[in-house]
Amino acid sequence: MEKYRFLMSGSGGQGVITMAILLAEAAAIHEGRNAVQSQSYGPEARGGATRSDVIVSDGPIFFPKVLQPNYLVALTNEAAGKYLPLIRPGGLCLYDSDMVTPDVRVDARKKGLPLYAAVMKKLGKPVAFNICVLGALAALTEAVSLASLEKALESRFAKAHHENNRIALHLGADMARDCKD
Amino acid sequence: MGRTQKQATARAAGRNAGAQDIRFVQGNEACVLGALYAGVGFFAGYPITPSTEIAEHLAEQLPRRGGVFIQMEDEISAMCAVCGASLAGAKAMTATSGPGFSLKQEAIGYACMAEIPCVVVDVQRAGPSTGLPTKVSQGDVNQARWGAHGDHSIVVLTASSIQDVFSITVEAFNIAETYRTPVILLFDEVVGHMREKLVIPPQGDLEVVERLRTEVRAGVNYHPYLPREDGRLPISDFGGVHRYNVTGLFHDIFGFPTEKPEEVTKLVYHLVDKIENRAHLLARHKEYYLEDAEHVIVSYGSSARSAIHLVEGRRRKGDRIGLLELQTLWPFPSQLVREKTARARNVFVVEMNMGQVKSQVKQAAVHPDRVFLVNRMDGMMVTPTDIGKVMRIIEGRGF
Repeated sequence: MEKYRFLMSGSGGQGVITMAILLAEAAAIHEGRNAVQSQSYGPEARGGATRSDVIVSDGPIFFPKVLQPNYLVALTNEAAGKYLPLIRPGGLCLYDSDMVTPDVRVDARKKGLPLYAAVMKKLGKPVAFNICVLGALAALTEAVSLASLEKALESRFAKAHHENNRIALHLGADMARDCKD
Repeated sequence: MGRTQKQATARAAGRNAGAQDIRFVQGNEACVLGALYAGVGFFAGYPITPSTEIAEHLAEQLPRRGGVFIQMEDEISAMCAVCGASLAGAKAMTATSGPGFSLKQEAIGYACMAEIPCVVVDVQRAGPSTGLPTKVSQGDVNQARWGAHGDHSIVVLTASSIQDVFSITVEAFNIAETYRTPVILLFDEVVGHMREKLVIPPQGDLEVVERLRTEVRAGVNYHPYLPREDGRLPISDFGGVHRYNVTGLFHDIFGFPTEKPEEVTKLVYHLVDKIENRAHLLARHKEYYLEDAEHVIVSYGSSARSAIHLVEGRRRKGDRIGLLELQTLWPFPSQLVREKTARARNVFVVEMNMGQVKSQVKQAAVHPDRVFLVNRMDGMMVTPTDIGKVMRIIEGRGF
């Protein structure tokens, strides 16, 4: 299996770190692979630049940080500008097309989807936005299965949120599949 | 999300339904789980990044198990509360980061002098002062050893993986209880915040040392500082059946202050020797490919992860390179370092400070002039590339 190196970035409060934890946990606990999740953020509780790295591999993982991601998630323009230049040639950048205009030229696929708007339309509230992004990311990369992500979501969230999380996860996955090139 | 929901979430977080208890947790949570495994009954602290999750999880777990969690007004009082709780019979700990660790030093010195078993976690961030609150560093190595004033000795342990954080925390409590000493767990931001798989061993798989309590009955004189033949000091739970004195002053076998030179000298030697003479017993380490290594890296904590990453890569290319990962930093395992680096052409110490462990390695090494430092202290984790660059220069292969 190839080694997956994810870099997820955005603004504090968007759920970037939660998304990274869920992805890594789905791989490590529910698929029995090795995964390491680490994070980097400023002193602010909300609004500061946030970054979380996830490595998924069948072999051991030593250095826990991602220097060159295969897969980049950018949820703000600032994040896209900062991290797009790091992406590996042939990699993939997933972003929300209403929030981010990636104007950096890189040798990587750039996939923009109106995920936030879709979540608002379907659920009427933005809380599961990050779960929707996660669904799209899983569908595009096939790094972990949606079933494993559902299990991770159920173990991390209270029951009241399970249904919305599941809807958001599949919404993201469906949108990604529909526009797979 | 309401408070109760949040708690339910935290309880369920990362738990596996299978027979084996496997979780996906942060280093800080692994430290909590290790402490609970070892039987911690008391925590007092003041939250500070990047150690806060330790307080957060213990605030939830301790009351549920009949233990006590107190958020104190500051780090000084927290360390004092830990001393008191431990004397009264609980396995006690606190957790902090650099600025708070500075504040705790006076009471850590008190715990050394009064021989109070306790565990102090310092999840290091970049300093001095408030420094970089959310960024990694390993700059507290010397403070952990010499933060308290006066001649004393102390045990400082560290780890580089979530699994090792768990087991070294159990060890920390065991050593604290065995030798009646504060033990410092010196983690760093990367290890504290990073998440990895943790397999929690069934209770009984790892040794847990229980406190040695006095057999002196109520109504019979108890000498709190009269060592047994093997040097150990049985404790009578303070506030229990014996009245006795505990002080930060030099004291006699009753715990009362003394200025008699011979008693003072004896106590200094006792406090230092009980740890320094057992340096070989306290030395914990891991080693990778050292048998035939021409280049030996010495590292610890999260830096050791960068080091092993580089070592694995270079081994695949046929380079004879190995890693000595230290888990005991103090008492410094000089003998071990000397032996493991004796045949090395070059020794590289990888750490995130200006050479605090490097100077110890230089003292221990057979060829101190072949010891080189690879470091970073800009809040970023030292990378395998950083190490590779320095090695190439030293080996005369250019930048």
